Amino acid sequence: MHVRNLDRLTDLAIDAFMLAFRGAIILVVVLGSLLTLFSGVYTLSDWFELVGNGLTLGAIYAMIALGYTMVYGILKMINFAHGEIFMGGAFGGYFAAVAFAQAGLLTDNVIVSLIAIVGMILVAMAVSVALALGVERIAYRPLRNAPTLVPLISAIGASLFLQYTFRGFFGSGIYAYPNIGFLDQNAPIPLLNMRWVDVLVVVAALAMMSALYMFVMRSKVGTAIRAVSEDKGTAALMGIDANRAIVLTFVIGAAMAGAAGVLYGLSFRQVTFAMGVIPGIKAFTAAVLGGIGSIPGAMLGGMFLGLIEAVGPTLFLSGFGVPSVNQLKDVVAFTMLVLVLVFRPSGILGVRVTRGRA
Amino acid sequence: MSAAVSAAPTSGARVLAEPAGPGVWRAVVRTGVLGGAVALYLCLVGIVPVFATRPLIVGVIELGQAALLMAFGAVGYLTAHEVGVERPVRAIGAAIGAGAISGAVISALVLIGAAIDIRAVFLNASPLLYDLLTFSEGTSWAWFPTLVATGTAGLAGVLIVLPRRYRTPIIIGLGSLIFFGLFAGLLRTPMLVTSLADLARFLFSSEGLTVPGAITIFFGSIAVSVVVRTTTPRARVRALPTAQRRLVVGPLAILLGVAILLFPLAMGGFFAQVIAIVALFVLLGLGLNITLGLAGLLDLGFVAFFAVGAYTVALLTSTAEYGIAGLSFWQAVPFAVIFAMLFGAFLGLPILRIRGDYLAIATLGFGEIIRILAGSDLLKGLLGGPRGIINIPKPIPLPPTDPFSGPVQIYYLALACAAIVAFVAWRLQGSRLGRSWMAIREDEDVAEGMGVNLVQTKLLAYMLGAGFAGLAGAISAALVGSIFASSIQLQLSINVVAIVIVGGMGSIPGVLVGALVLIGLPELFREFSDYRLLFYGVALMGIMVYRPEGLLPTTAAKRELHADLGPDVIEGEDDGDGGGAAANIDADTSAVEREASA
Repeated sequence: MHVRNLDRLTDLAIDAFMLAFRGAIILVVVLGSLLTLFSGVYTLSDWFELVGNGLTLGAIYAMIALGYTMVYGILKMINFAHGEIFMGGAFGGYFAAVAFAQAGLLTDNVIVSLIAIVGMILVAMAVSVALALGVERIAYRPLRNAPTLVPLISAIGASLFLQYTFRGFFGSGIYAYPNIGFLDQNAPIPLLNMRWVDVLVVVAALAMMSALYMFVMRSKVGTAIRAVSEDKGTAALMGIDANRAIVLTFVIGAAMAGAAGVLYGLSFRQVTFAMGVIPGIKAFTAAVLGGIGSIPGAMLGGMFLGLIEAVGPTLFLSGFGVPSVNQLKDVVAFTMLVLVLVFRPSGILGVRVTRGRA
Repeated sequence: MSAAVSAAPTSGARVLAEPAGPGVWRAVVRTGVLGGAVALYLCLVGIVPVFATRPLIVGVIELGQAALLMAFGAVGYLTAHEVGVERPVRAIGAAIGAGAISGAVISALVLIGAAIDIRAVFLNASPLLYDLLTFSEGTSWAWFPTLVATGTAGLAGVLIVLPRRYRTPIIIGLGSLIFFGLFAGLLRTPMLVTSLADLARFLFSSEGLTVPGAITIFFGSIAVSVVVRTTTPRARVRALPTAQRRLVVGPLAILLGVAILLFPLAMGGFFAQVIAIVALFVLLGLGLNITLGLAGLLDLGFVAFFAVGAYTVALLTSTAEYGIAGLSFWQAVPFAVIFAMLFGAFLGLPILRIRGDYLAIATLGFGEIIRILAGSDLLKGLLGGPRGIINIPKPIPLPPTDPFSGPVQIYYLALACAAIVAFVAWRLQGSRLGRSWMAIREDEDVAEGMGVNLVQTKLLAYMLGAGFAGLAGAISAALVGSIFASSIQLQLSINVVAIVIVGGMGSIPGVLVGALVLIGLPELFREFSDYRLLFYGVALMGIMVYRPEGLLPTTAAKRELHADLGPDVIEGEDDGDGGGAAANIDADTSAVEREASA
């Protein structure tokens, strides 16, 4: 065999480029952080406020990411319409909230309000699950055996269909979640400057995700889902109904997204037909960051992404005197994504399911 | 799909075994309820009330009502089809039954809407909608939609039991009514300035068809379809020997080419603009067809290269603020393409080793990064931020009165570029490089084992795709005359991916068809602004579910999805792609190695 010098040269050049790339990013991050920290513009409480924002955002990303990661794990497809499932949940929760507010349930009485919020979450879950079942039946099930990109396009179609259906139903205006008095007050947590609503978001998200994790790891149905995502054929031989497991995966993912929709509405207040797109992309990014297919990975990835997005721009960039750093939060988030993919392609938790997929 | 296919024969068998058994009832109820849901959806999503004032045939029927009638007609048609046309009376009865159920859903909407305020949730459940459904008679006419639905579905049932030779022309006639009714205004405007002005006034009003026009078009299209059916020109041409077939097909192709060239001059600026946009997307599609269709690298951030091309041309040519060189368009284009390619290499290098869906999300991230940077305050001093760069000159500056100024000029430019790029792409496909790309697409590891240099080959795919996208961006900047950060959108990347997949992965004519269907049609439907993307989404799902291989697939893709095509079909068409690729690459590799050692 002859050694191909040209190939060797290009490989060398590429390695050098990658090294420079890695070095440049590390330099920016370290130097930027040092410059920012030593500039003394931001106080400790500023940082904690950013961290608090990041936790809220991260909890919501994590909940949406669960749906992406579970569907990806079992069908190896990007469920592009998942952001719209989240949006549908936010709308369902909104109309429930309006009804509860009219019934006088959303008052300063904390217990009654919390029960009403649980009701909103249940309504949102129902809406999201209905949407997800419809999308799965119409747009995905017929394409189970099609080449990989075909369901992706179908999913994009479903995403647009859902967005503009909601636009047709409810118009393009912004719907504002009703005000729940006590949620807007600051929670007495030392250092972390968080409102009660953000505490609620984080706690509720963590609780639901833990419940989901236990369900998937411990229950018989959860085991069936994991078995099918491991190997459909073998699972079928063990007497597991693959179809049922797949539908159930969609149901669980959608329920989580619906709940996330309510939490988002409570924290950020604004609901529109197009609200699902960006959180959807971010949540998928979070799922990839954590290692797609892995449930703890999605949770971790979501939290990580939320924190990076909230803290990163200020920490890494403001030291260089970059104007309006918050415009660049997505740049920071996606750069992190590319970095993780390049240097640790299997995600933070290191699950590898993409082998052999082109 | 497989469920539906397998369900049809079994229910058919059951129907034959026991007449009017539960299968028929089930079909009636299921289609009726589904149809009712669709009709309800059309009402609540706003298609019925919003288009209640847009005539399809002036004074006869509006588009909104027509949409409902079509839904009811489809209910009747599908029900009759499902219970079987071999027993006409039962089929028509089933159609009527299903129609009644669908109509009852709408009647129920009227009654419920009168009792409780649905409008608090669904904006379109307005008095306008109820008036429309009951001829302003209120709940006392709530039965009316049921009657209409029953009648329409019944007529559709009658239609389907007719023998095919009557049925097809009628359906074609109705289809042409809808088609010309939708596009009447668009067709009328350019016709008015020509010698066809009188014909235009006779057939079309400014929106929708006139009554005599509708009658003419209905019977005219029936006549055409009958003539085509009886003379079967296609089958006859196909039956001719090759030499004679060329004599017929050749002039037709030349005629088509001339028509394409003269099209914008004849049809005016709007159509030229639409076609110019389609041609731009063909360019983008051909670019992505190399990265995605041939090399199998899913790029969801294609808009990044488009942006690089557009901003390069803007910076180099703009006569306003931010313009730095004041070059002409032609001098700037090479820079745009080269910069886009360099950018492709720069973005491609770090992510070359990422595979599959990870690659998709990484490229999506790059696209978003570029989009945000373009609009950010950070680069505002260079790229103008959200205010963008304006005053980008046209390639050939002409006074605005000249017929070749504006979009017409861009149309020819984009068409010429698309033709050149299509030629390049077509020649590349069968080349050593193209075959290496396809080998990578099929299996990276095997391709590497066969001596394909993954890094170089993938990088080339990336750079070429990026170059094409940069070219499209450059032309687009000249077409619009300005570039803003807001014109760099994720939707553009998604559109291009959809064009490639809907057209058929790796198929060059597919890109053309995909761009026409996914970009051209929605552009023509501008007046339906809010609902365009709704239909776009439905179309994407529909095409993928019913034609997963794409509209104009390559033979290899068709073969993969339809294993039942039989071996002789496969044998004959298997040179150059797929299976043959590996062996050819092998031969080429040894040739290269000989060169290297010499």
